[in-house]
Amino acid sequence: MSNLSTQAAGAAKVSIVGVGKTFNVSGRDLVAIEKIDLDIGRNEFVSIVGTSGCGKSTLLNMVGGLDEPTSGEILIDGKPVNGPGRDRGFVFQTYSLFEWMTVEGNIRFALEKSTFSKAEKSELVAHFVHAVGLSGFEKAFPKQLSGGMRQRVAIARALVYKPSILLMDEPFGALDAQTRGMMQELLLQIWDDHKVTVLFVTHDVDEAIFLADRVVVLASRPGRIKKVLPIELERPRSFEVLTDPTFAAYKREILADIREETLKLMAMDHS
Amino acid sequence: MTQQATGSGKPARKRKGLLKLRQDIPDSIFSAAGFVIPVVLFLLWWAVTAMGLVRPLFLPSPWSVIGEGWRQLMEGILFADASVSIYRILIGWLAATVIAVPVGILMGNYKLIEGLLEPLISTVRYMPVVALIPLSILWAGIGDGQKILILFLGTFFQQALMIMDNVKNIDLNLIRAGQTLGFSNNEILRRIILPAALPGIWDTFRITIGWTWTYLVVAELVAANAGLGRRIMDAQRYLSTDTILFGTLFIGLLGLLTDYLFKRGGRSLFKWSSQTR
Repeated sequence: MSNLSTQAAGAAKVSIVGVGKTFNVSGRDLVAIEKIDLDIGRNEFVSIVGTSGCGKSTLLNMVGGLDEPTSGEILIDGKPVNGPGRDRGFVFQTYSLFEWMTVEGNIRFALEKSTFSKAEKSELVAHFVHAVGLSGFEKAFPKQLSGGMRQRVAIARALVYKPSILLMDEPFGALDAQTRGMMQELLLQIWDDHKVTVLFVTHDVDEAIFLADRVVVLASRPGRIKKVLPIELERPRSFEVLTDPTFAAYKREILADIREETLKLMAMDHS
Repeated sequence: MTQQATGSGKPARKRKGLLKLRQDIPDSIFSAAGFVIPVVLFLLWWAVTAMGLVRPLFLPSPWSVIGEGWRQLMEGILFADASVSIYRILIGWLAATVIAVPVGILMGNYKLIEGLLEPLISTVRYMPVVALIPLSILWAGIGDGQKILILFLGTFFQQALMIMDNVKNIDLNLIRAGQTLGFSNNEILRRIILPAALPGIWDTFRITIGWTWTYLVVAELVAANAGLGRRIMDAQRYLSTDTILFGTLFIGLLGLLTDYLFKRGGRSLFKWSSQTR
């Protein structure tokens, strides 16, 4: 296990211990995830990549408590996950905003179950509206915003109640390349300012490397860890790092891994 | 040069054709288009009757139909009929809606309730409402209650299933977002699922009240002494085709008005919705 470097330094924020997930599809057991062991350190940024159907979203949902593992367990600060909780914020690929609420309303809604005072809540909302660059759009409805702006509201909504973990499921997958680049830089900025542990699922290898401290490559059918690759690029990172030779080397390695998996899958489908 | 580069050889012009796939056309033309067929039909109707191609018994002239409408209006019959019918429609539709909304919402969210009710509702909705008239009289008498019962039966079952679908169609991640934010099932139901499904439910309202209108004649088939549908059925006995035609067209017009009101209402209630156009 240690050669896969699934252990983070120090006490783990999130521990995924022997987690497996089996779906029952019309009477047949389908193993989506076989056995995953992974520790994620406090304030670490971990990206998960893999071919489609490798179970990366399922894994994220299980950490979020939206899905239950069939074997193994997930620990947060040493305590087992039992359903969703306010120690974790979730950002989905579909923006999933409450369309009938304004930008401010969406963010404030997330604070309803918090014990902050009214003044503190207003301050938090204002702070996060500003942090995601939406000042001036407080009273706008999601319908009036672009995709990138909507996802910024979703990020603010997921962070405003001060969770210690941010779970992101292909959050920028639906955005155009330029907007995506800006959002990635914004996310790193927010991560740096607010100190959260991030688990980020994507199929975009550039994105995975650019953001993460470690990239987890999943193998498919059943989903399992193929490789954990520490990314030793200096922070703070900007778009310039994308053309760095070290970056290219990481990218080559991950692409080769994913390609190998894709070829295996194609061979499986043809047999 | 640039014109040739387009390849067509013709001068590059702004394309303004009215028959382009999925292309918007000016609003004025769009609205005017709706009048073309009615106007053509009206002219045809007029021509056919004016030239005496059909006997008035089969198709009275437009003028005699309009005259019949004028007579009913002047004698106060029209207003009396319309208010009785509108009252029945409103009560019948509201009764169906008041039950269909919670039933549909529960069916859309709880598999057990869907499993419990779906087979029953799906069967009943195919039963012809006309066939239930004798039973409805037996159960509800011959007063307004029976008419309202028929309208209820014609509306409720379809409506409940449609509302179930409206609820199911909302983005699952909205519910998940609610769960991650710490809301209880009950809160998610009331504060997330319900508002998210509301624009769709409103569309269902608009469609189903149209169906309630179409059941009006069926509801007033027996033992009614007033109502727009009743007037048509009475006219049948005396072969007053002008009364029949006027009554039918008038019900159509009231239906159109209802539809318009719901459309406008939906637009101003759900400005925030990405579904409203």
